[in-house]
Amino acid sequence: MNLRRINWPLWVGLLLTVAAFMSFFFIFVRFPITRDFPWANFVLFAIAAVLLFIGLRRGFAPDRPHPTRSKIVSVLVTVVGVLVIGLFAFAYFVGGRMLPASKGAPQVGQRAPEFTLPDSTGKQVSLNELMTSPINGKAPRGVLLIFYRGYW
Amino acid sequence: MCNSELRGIEKSLARLSEVGIRPVAISVDAPDVSRNLAQNQGYTFPLLSDQNVEVIRRYDLVHAGAGENGHDIARPAEFLLDSTGTVRWINLTENYWIRARPEQVLEVSKVLK
Repeated sequence: MNLRRINWPLWVGLLLTVAAFMSFFFIFVRFPITRDFPWANFVLFAIAAVLLFIGLRRGFAPDRPHPTRSKIVSVLVTVVGVLVIGLFAFAYFVGGRMLPASKGAPQVGQRAPEFTLPDSTGKQVSLNELMTSPINGKAPRGVLLIFYRGYW
Repeated sequence: MCNSELRGIEKSLARLSEVGIRPVAISVDAPDVSRNLAQNQGYTFPLLSDQNVEVIRRYDLVHAGAGENGHDIARPAEFLLDSTGTVRWINLTENYWIRARPEQVLEVSKVLK
């Protein structure tokens, strides 16, 4: 193993690109500060892009042991890296916006539609009960309804 | 992903209770699925089950075909109601990855009587 023979910036760049992609879904999405704008991932992608660029230049250097193979590999790896970065940007900024407009949702100042639904123990709970049953011995001042997609 | 938001609510539960706000989460999940979620994640606020998508439809929050096997589910949304049941604040995120933070809710809860 000779570091001069291996185009390490290229491969580290590729690994970092993949790690930057995965880390959003496994780590950064857990914290509002790195979720509401994926700046941590963009920092990692920027470092990866620099490494890929160095790797690409190295792949085209005249002193490579297998010049043709080296050029092809470095171009392919760079393209894959760029695609991964593009896929992330697409998933976040385009895919993330594929939500219904919900124009008919209750507006500020309107009464929220009454409902009765089972809780996780199967007990029927009405909105009216949620608004009137006391919190720490006092009548609630409000109810926060959070609609979420589900556990699947 | 949803867990990221619900976890934030659970962490802020004491502060929300202090100002008299009761968080309630609603999804299409069956009660036993919600029970597992609550146990695994330690959620202590109510998780309501709208399996027939009736309430979600009444609130116009259906995300058609976005669930498992093309089932209809709720799009992420938050509503703060006052004690009369009037909507005082809405958050209909335009981006799936961006959600309301508990601090926002605590801030807007100041408008409640």
